[in-house]
Amino acid sequence: MSVLVNKSSKVLVQGFTGTEGTFHATQMLEYGTDLVGGVTPGKGGQLHLNKPVFNTVADAVKTTGANVSIIFVPPMFAADAIMEAADAGIALVVCITEGIPVQDMVKAKEYLQGKNTRLIGPNCPGVITSDECKVGIMPGFIFKKGRIGIVSKSGTLTYEAADQVVKAGLGISTAIGIGGDPIIGTTTKEAVELFMNDPETDAIIMIGEIGGGMEAEAARWIKENNKKPVVGFIAGQTAPPGRRMGHAGAIVGGAEDTAAAKMQIMRECGITVCESPAVLGETVAQLLSKRA
Amino acid sequence: MNIHEYQAKDLLKKYGVAVQEGIVASSTEEAVAAATALQAQTGTQFFVIKAQIHAGGRGKGKIEGTDFRGVMVAKSIDDLKQKAAGIIGGNLITIQTGEKGKMVNKVLIAQDVYYPGPNPTKEFYLSMLLDRATGTNVIIYTTEGGMDIEDVAHNTPEKLFKEHVDPRVGLQGFQARKISFNLGLSGEANKQMVKFVTNLYKAYLANDCAMIEINPLFKTSDDKIIAVDAKLSFDDNGIERHPDLMALRDESEEDPTEVEAKKSNLNYVKLDGNVGCMVNGAGLAMATMDIIKLSGGEPANFLDVGGTANATTVEAGFRIILSDPNVKAILINIFGGIVRCDRVAQGVVDAYKNIGNIHVPIIVRLQGTNASEAKKLIDESGLKVHSAIQLKEAAELVSQVLA
Repeated sequence: MSVLVNKSSKVLVQGFTGTEGTFHATQMLEYGTDLVGGVTPGKGGQLHLNKPVFNTVADAVKTTGANVSIIFVPPMFAADAIMEAADAGIALVVCITEGIPVQDMVKAKEYLQGKNTRLIGPNCPGVITSDECKVGIMPGFIFKKGRIGIVSKSGTLTYEAADQVVKAGLGISTAIGIGGDPIIGTTTKEAVELFMNDPETDAIIMIGEIGGGMEAEAARWIKENNKKPVVGFIAGQTAPPGRRMGHAGAIVGGAEDTAAAKMQIMRECGITVCESPAVLGETVAQLLSKRA
Repeated sequence: MNIHEYQAKDLLKKYGVAVQEGIVASSTEEAVAAATALQAQTGTQFFVIKAQIHAGGRGKGKIEGTDFRGVMVAKSIDDLKQKAAGIIGGNLITIQTGEKGKMVNKVLIAQDVYYPGPNPTKEFYLSMLLDRATGTNVIIYTTEGGMDIEDVAHNTPEKLFKEHVDPRVGLQGFQARKISFNLGLSGEANKQMVKFVTNLYKAYLANDCAMIEINPLFKTSDDKIIAVDAKLSFDDNGIERHPDLMALRDESEEDPTEVEAKKSNLNYVKLDGNVGCMVNGAGLAMATMDIIKLSGGEPANFLDVGGTANATTVEAGFRIILSDPNVKAILINIFGGIVRCDRVAQGVVDAYKNIGNIHVPIIVRLQGTNASEAKKLIDESGLKVHSAIQLKEAAELVSQVLA
């Protein structure tokens, strides 16, 4: 089982022959991901990393049966790549690209409405199901197999959480980096919902940051549907209002999207909130041992 | 990226958006020439002198050490001369600039829009931005012009209207009419408002704006609809495809260390605390700032060195953090994934040696690929650098060096 990706995922790389695409495709192959080929318009028919290159996603799907795509296309062309993948019927599109103009994402998000495509990202580290399939740029060796699900807006903070979970003697079922942009395909709530329904996940670590209302939405959903322990953290307790903290979406816009306000809502909804990002692993371990 | 009011108005005029007319000036002489030209062009009797800084609250703000305000009305050329001289080159302190204030290098000499006429004047508020919850653009407007919109939202939410734009078809005529009627307009003013909103939305989309805020949006006594003020900010991701807009950047409005950091491709935000930090990844960087606070310090900055931390980026980061005299300690927090920790550690050692006398304690926390090799490298370097592998240890070290 697990969430989103597993051993039978057939993965396609959009922006396959570029520097980023090549580097991370190599890493994914080493991890054991079933990478079936890639797309670079104009380079169709070639072989790259011993895998076929296609001109279009539709061609690639027809030949390889790919059902997952990962995008390394430059920001000005990435929204187009997302829509092309959806048009070709790809079920899961993971967009790594950082820096996509917001108005491009307004269109892409609308385009995905009513289609059978789930988008993860953009501006995210991707998705990894430990020991099965890595569709992302995260260092695979951190993610030891286990039963904790991680959902996070941030890349390195996901690695931090995974590392702490492993140090606490546990492991990770799947980690989903949902991305740090103002418009992303899969929300915190949707990712949490996937883990709640996953028989291979016992507890969830939910990592958010300042800006937007996704964590509050997820927290309210958890209150109504809680079946598993959830540990939460919001980065940016010390961020000043109105300033963008690296991620395009990480900006305090009002009284309700500060770290303190989000943490308060999460607590009220029964989530165990960590003040410090240094105690995520031990907190989840304590919660599970209390239950056992 | 933000731009000045006069730049915003110039840009909007290209899209057929009516604005309060004005001419920008950087000296008293230019201000007088601007006023004379403006009088010939618009017939205005009075003049509004508006300080051009990237911050709001100008009308209530004062030039440091004087009674001149950031927005003043002049009733004659002589009056204008005296007031412009008091504002240009002064340091304007408003509720948004903080105590430090902002240097006024330019003023906009603008027409007086409160001239008498057949009908009463009215002030509205209108803004366009992304609604993150729906992933679509939204127009927010109210009859309560000239007020702080957050106050309107809080005190009289029933007076705040929202119009979402469907990305498939864009802003429709009925929506522009709805906005106009909700603002209580009819006749010529209604026609003018529909045109204003339609053209403003075109400008919003065509320029990858993050936000346009028109406050006040003004109905004159002869039923013209004009932008009296215009605040424009652009989506930093979209601006790359608008070289004309990038030319409008005013670096003097930005923190000089932030400008310097940008040149080294570092994502840096200056803060007021005493512990500097250097981190890979935006989320971890914010979390590191939080750790500093929890350890008894205050973060002096946000700094994301990105995915390729090496000796060059680390050295640039060091130099930027050390240029802040408030910094009493520096915490470097790198989670090595694809980047190997021992290489980052070597970068830290090299950068430290290159800079020479670093007088504040440095704490380096390296975790991930080759973390223990990295710790060994730091510990054996002979430098006054504290090393840690766990985030908890790093937090404790911060507390220790601050004690």
